[in-house]
Amino acid sequence: MRPLDEKETTQVFEKLFNFTGNNLKNIVEAPSHEGPESNPGRYCFRLNKNRVYYVSESLVKRATNVKRDKLVSLGTQIGKFTKGGAFHLTIQSLNLLAANAKHKVWLKPTAEMSFMYGNHVLKGGLGRITENINTNDGVVVFSMSDMPLGFGVAVKSTQDCRKMDPNGIVVIHRADIGEYLRMEDEL
Amino acid sequence: MAAKGAMKKKATSNSNKTNSRKKQKKEIELPNPKIQEKVVDDDISGSDVDSDVDDDMLVEQHRDDSDDSASDALSDGDQPFTDDFLQDDNVDGEKSSDSDSDSDHSDIERKSKAIDAKKEKEEKEAEAELVDNIKEQADEVTLPTPQELKEEAQGPPDLPRLQRRIKEVVRVLSNFKTLRQEGASRKDYVKQLTMDLASYYGYNDYLIEVLVEMFPAVELVELIEAFEKPRPMCLRTNTLKARRRDLAGILLNRGVNLDPLSKWSKVGLVVYDSQVPIGATPEYMAGFYMLQSASSFLPVMALAPQEKERIVDMAAAPGGKTTYVAALMKNSGVIFANEIKEKRLKSLTANLSRMGVTNTVVCNYDGRELPKVLGQNSADRVLLDAPCSGTGVISKDESVKTSKSLEDIQSCCHLQKELILAAIDMVDANSKSGGYIVYSTCSIMVAENEAVIDYALKKRDVKLVPCGLDFGRPGFINYREQRFHPSLEKTRRFYPHVHNMDGFFVAKFKKMSNSKAAPAPTTEQPEGGDEVIEPIDSVIKKKAEDKVVHHRIHESSTKEKVHRENGIAQHGKAENTFSGKKRKERKRFSREEISKSREEKRAALRTAAKGKPFSKEKKFAKEARTTK
Repeated sequence: MRPLDEKETTQVFEKLFNFTGNNLKNIVEAPSHEGPESNPGRYCFRLNKNRVYYVSESLVKRATNVKRDKLVSLGTQIGKFTKGGAFHLTIQSLNLLAANAKHKVWLKPTAEMSFMYGNHVLKGGLGRITENINTNDGVVVFSMSDMPLGFGVAVKSTQDCRKMDPNGIVVIHRADIGEYLRMEDEL
Repeated sequence: MAAKGAMKKKATSNSNKTNSRKKQKKEIELPNPKIQEKVVDDDISGSDVDSDVDDDMLVEQHRDDSDDSASDALSDGDQPFTDDFLQDDNVDGEKSSDSDSDSDHSDIERKSKAIDAKKEKEEKEAEAELVDNIKEQADEVTLPTPQELKEEAQGPPDLPRLQRRIKEVVRVLSNFKTLRQEGASRKDYVKQLTMDLASYYGYNDYLIEVLVEMFPAVELVELIEAFEKPRPMCLRTNTLKARRRDLAGILLNRGVNLDPLSKWSKVGLVVYDSQVPIGATPEYMAGFYMLQSASSFLPVMALAPQEKERIVDMAAAPGGKTTYVAALMKNSGVIFANEIKEKRLKSLTANLSRMGVTNTVVCNYDGRELPKVLGQNSADRVLLDAPCSGTGVISKDESVKTSKSLEDIQSCCHLQKELILAAIDMVDANSKSGGYIVYSTCSIMVAENEAVIDYALKKRDVKLVPCGLDFGRPGFINYREQRFHPSLEKTRRFYPHVHNMDGFFVAKFKKMSNSKAAPAPTTEQPEGGDEVIEPIDSVIKKKAEDKVVHHRIHESSTKEKVHRENGIAQHGKAENTFSGKKRKERKRFSREEISKSREEKRAALRTAAKGKPFSKEKKFAKEARTTK
């Protein structure tokens, strides 16, 4: 387990910024109640086996005893580095993103299952959409009951979405909660 | 000739008498067309009173003399008198009946004979049938002979017959004195039951013997029947993300038939049936609930983790209990979730992230080396859901019936004993809010449960405390030839046929002190002894004393007994503190020795280097003097 170096940190923060915008500050400076100390600590990012974790500092302190190859997970995993060095956010970061998301999309009940099978979001499945979404923005997908279902990347801006035909793709699927069942081994 | 004829007639008259008597009885209501018959009937009414052989003789003599009509007239008029006083008239009447209505009589005779014969036959058959019936029942109760058993063993098992025999043997065993077969001992019946149960339900010999030893016959059958059926599926609401009421509402809308689990759980729901796959709903994937068996709630409820504590879960996969612990702690504090098998780690991490648990560190160690990694006396509470033989969850996994042998159980026990010592070593006895260890298994074997607890009590300074689960059965204190510490009644056993959940065992310890040595009395006692080991707590000690007095089976000598009792009562505590002091004194002593020797060395240096002003040395000398 080690802290992220410069390059890695920029990559991670870029991806996060795509989804959260200025709320990134909330993520980084959130007070954490984990750990047995009564004062809330801070969160930090750690890298272990190409996976990036968002952990409270008190947890990090205690996890230093564990050997690198025996340590499996800390706190919340937010993403993975591929062998080529690129960073991708994974579904485990959904809670964190959903709490701080700038751009949101709500799906109709009929389109929920389709998204959870890994399909992209079509215009016909959109219930609600936040304003001022631009192309290639990170978008968090919710159900109509405000339950986070996953996240993706917007294809068009909000205004363009309105003009689209119902079968056009609005959000490209990146991760969804169905992956916990479909791809448990690859998480 | 006359005599012969008379004899014959006598015989006929005898039979006639009986037949006609019977006929009279039958035909009293019917009007008799023939006067003779009437006469016969009337006469017979008289003759009923005097039915002796003597009368017959008289009949024989007077038969040929009198006339019918005269006798008829006489008999008609004097009927009441003839009964008592005038036997002759009766005799005449009978004689007349014989001679006059011979043909009719013979018909009647024949008919009545036939009826009689029929009746007798029926009675005989009925008796025979009764005897037969009784014999059949008795056949089930009587044990089959070895030959019969051999025959049975050759062919495929006759299931209905086995089932009947099982029921019968259980019935006999429950009321042994009255229903037993002569010559068969209780042992024979039990042996037969064991064999039948093994072949009917598919258990291997070892396992069925163990179960027979543990339960009385009726309960044993109930338990085995309960193992055949699956327990109801339960789910636990994730309080980090949802409330039970809301979740129940959402699932009911989806078409799931569910109910709150029981009084003792605020987060459990039991699922009867469901139109959608319960493990694949969007709510499941969003982490609103976890599919878990009801028995898995129990060790976490017993552990009762508080916020901001340090918890260790030594065998965490697939993570149902770990996530429950995190939910109870509201994501505060820190949990170390350990799992030895790599393949199961994936499901553990997936469940943790799905349920929104952020305070957990997952590691992949053998539980026995965890104290070295995480540090001794570093945790507030430890949960050990030990790997076991799985005899309590036969309803989930039928292969356990045939695959477990004595060696399997013994290797499980050995591992569990090592793990529990590691768990105890990890807990900090001086922790402000904790100092508890919960040990649980999904097994009903005494060797894996009570024996392991007893071992821990002997080896470490721990004490059993109530689990907080009142609805279970207390653990065994005595089991066959083994005797355990009396505080084992605070452990809890759960059975499928009693509580409708998987077979389970839960025990909760409190660590009294961080010393690795067991309490003092153990040093005197032999390793494999059955003697009770008293922890420091005086209350338990006294109780133990009483019980120790009762359970002294392997006591070697009375002197020891007296000594130990005195020692326990008076000097137990003192001994412990004394040994503690000794240790401290030794340390101090050695430090002082060291400082003395250092002083001497410095003095030697000073004398060696005369005249040189060593201010530093003087300073050191001053310090040395003060520490002395």
